[in-house]
Amino acid sequence: MSVDGPVLAADGTPLKRSLAKALRREKFRAFMLVAPLLVFILITFVAPIADMLFRSVENSIVRDTIPRTVQALRTWDPEASELPPEATFSAFYTDMVFAEERKQHTRLGTRLNYEKTGISSLFRKSGRRVGRFDTDEYAKAFADLNAAWEDTATFEGLVGNAALPETASAYATWRAVILEDDKDPASEAPWDVVYNALYRDLMQAQSVELTDAMLAEAQAAVATWEPVSISEALIDVDEDWADPEVWKTIQTYAASYTPGYFLNSADLQLTPDGIESRPENERIYITLFQRTLFMSLVITFSTILLGYPVAWLLANLPARHANVLLILVLLPFWTSLLVRTSSWKVLLQQQGVINDLLVWIGLIDDAGRLVMINNQTGTIIAMTHILLPFMILPLYSVMKTIPPSYLRAAKSLGATNWTAFWRVYFPNSVPGIGAGSILVFILAIGYYITPELVGGTQGVFISNRIAYHISSSLNWGLAAALGTVLLAAVLLLYYAYDKVVGIDNVKLGG
Amino acid sequence: MSGLPPYATTGQRIWYYTFRVICGLIFFFLIAPILVIIPLSFNAEDFFTFTPAMLSLDPDGYSLKHYRDFFTNRDWQQSLWNSVTIAPMATLLSVGFGTLAAIGLSQPHVPFRRAIMAILISPMIVPLIISAAGMFFFYSRVGLQGTYWGVVLAHAALGIPFVIITVTATLVGFDRSLTRASASLGADPVTTFFKVQMPLILPGVISGGLFAFITSFDEVVVVLFVGSAGQKTLPWQMFTGLREQISPTILAVATILVAISIVLLATIEILRRRSERLRGMSPS
Repeated sequence: MSVDGPVLAADGTPLKRSLAKALRREKFRAFMLVAPLLVFILITFVAPIADMLFRSVENSIVRDTIPRTVQALRTWDPEASELPPEATFSAFYTDMVFAEERKQHTRLGTRLNYEKTGISSLFRKSGRRVGRFDTDEYAKAFADLNAAWEDTATFEGLVGNAALPETASAYATWRAVILEDDKDPASEAPWDVVYNALYRDLMQAQSVELTDAMLAEAQAAVATWEPVSISEALIDVDEDWADPEVWKTIQTYAASYTPGYFLNSADLQLTPDGIESRPENERIYITLFQRTLFMSLVITFSTILLGYPVAWLLANLPARHANVLLILVLLPFWTSLLVRTSSWKVLLQQQGVINDLLVWIGLIDDAGRLVMINNQTGTIIAMTHILLPFMILPLYSVMKTIPPSYLRAAKSLGATNWTAFWRVYFPNSVPGIGAGSILVFILAIGYYITPELVGGTQGVFISNRIAYHISSSLNWGLAAALGTVLLAAVLLLYYAYDKVVGIDNVKLGG
Repeated sequence: MSGLPPYATTGQRIWYYTFRVICGLIFFFLIAPILVIIPLSFNAEDFFTFTPAMLSLDPDGYSLKHYRDFFTNRDWQQSLWNSVTIAPMATLLSVGFGTLAAIGLSQPHVPFRRAIMAILISPMIVPLIISAAGMFFFYSRVGLQGTYWGVVLAHAALGIPFVIITVTATLVGFDRSLTRASASLGADPVTTFFKVQMPLILPGVISGGLFAFITSFDEVVVVLFVGSAGQKTLPWQMFTGLREQISPTILAVATILVAISIVLLATIEILRRRSERLRGMSPS
């Protein structure tokens, strides 16, 4: 071995490389132990959160349900003409017939109704009627012209004909719908809507030289037919179709992604003319966010007020006594949330224990029983009780580390009790207040169960609205957007918590 | 404030006792709501308050009828059964994955340790309603919504942070030379894990498991969205009961749950002390 060469390990490789290899192996092994859980959490928890974020902007329903209309409206300039051209009405008619068959038009109506009230019923009404438009006259006329037009095979041969784009697309969708129904397209006659497309295509292609004899014959014939106006038929169903605002709304929400839900969470809406605030009676979310923040602050403050003396007592008693008292803090912490909420419901209601007691003492008379539930008071009392252990425990663990000699030193130097506490002890306990406050605040702003049960209408939080949109109004996009806003607030606080306390230092149960 | 010094002034004495009274009241506020439902659950009437018969300690004022209702009513029994089949399975998953990961995280060289830790703890921080909403959306996409396994997976995810935190805390005091000694005596890693490391961190694993269990057993928001009527758990049944037809059986169930939490709390406390003793720390 040369004296100035690299130091070698036992197997002859340079020691440096050998060490690096061992370190890599160790890193890999540690990572492999963590990997299963990481994958598990990514699938069961992170993916759902990502899905929610995605849903808060996703809006493909318009494009998927009425693709032809979306396409046709792209070139429509609301400034230039009052209503979209007949071609757009016809495209919408085609879309609507298929959407109605697939039972998708009501879902789209509900979606657009979030942006403009009335569209939901408009869609439902139109869905019922589109099957009975006068386009059957086209179907009859084509059949009279040539019996082959009743045959699916004829249309099969038209697919790919550049002169007949609408027919090809309408026929393809019709075929798909028939197949979805487990029927054989060959034994079915195409619907009127396909003949309407064929008529329109042939009218468009009047100047084109068609080589196919049957097509050329039809091309010559259609020019003499009485046209059926789809726009008149639709406006006859409901005169709202003559309202350009409806078409503008469809145009505005045609994109696959929309900021609409987020604007809605801020009481704004995206209108054809830009972002505007919602009508007065629909503005609820700003108020709700403000209320959630305000009540969470009140709850946090109450837990500090109640938790501080208790934590102080626990930290300054001999360990034997402190442990007994700590059980009184830990028992509520371990008791089911539902148990604590139900006991508050029992205690606070007008025929409940507290009111009975007050009447019995004579503080209030029987008629003047206090209303302490189904309002903000109920939520604040119950949630302060439920979250109090989360304040006491971090405060206690910080206060335990403050040496009692500090206070004695301050007093021996002439400080009064108050000065010694305020100038010496309190500043030392601030990290505990910080940790406890952030924890309580994070938990409070996302609470659902307790406000739902004791909050009535005035004491509910933003989470109750999210739940409402998921299970009752079925406006999932808005629920996702509200959830995303709430999540952003919580993550910001989580970041702050990490900076103040450190995630590694989270302690459970004393 | 351990006792008043003999030279305390009257003002100090008054403050000393006032402070104790205030603390006593706060403790009362903490514990009374839980204790008050216990006598109420033995009410012979369908009331949620003390009847005159109860206040005069008349035996006729008390009865076990709400408990009988709980044990005979099919809805309650079904929800109890759902709870005891969901929670252990979720706990098993959390403890299995969580313990492995905690051991991995306690190694000296883990890449992206902070980021991984943040992700693993996040189910505890993200508000339940948001987890529930996300899981509802995602699990309906993949067909897990309304199934037993959907609820189990969701609850396992919620329990994992607790397992990670408790097991990591036990591992902080773990003497790594023990595993080296075991290896030098010829034990392979698997034997070392089960014979040396596991017995020492067992208290942490068990208390983590108890946390995970109680998380699943008490959880209502997520199961409300991810589950369907077939997965109705005990808290869900209580929630429905409180919201719709409020029946005193809820108080009987609540009392049983309080008893369960007392047992769990005692177990955790014993385990914590044992763990500290094993690691050579004096129990505080």
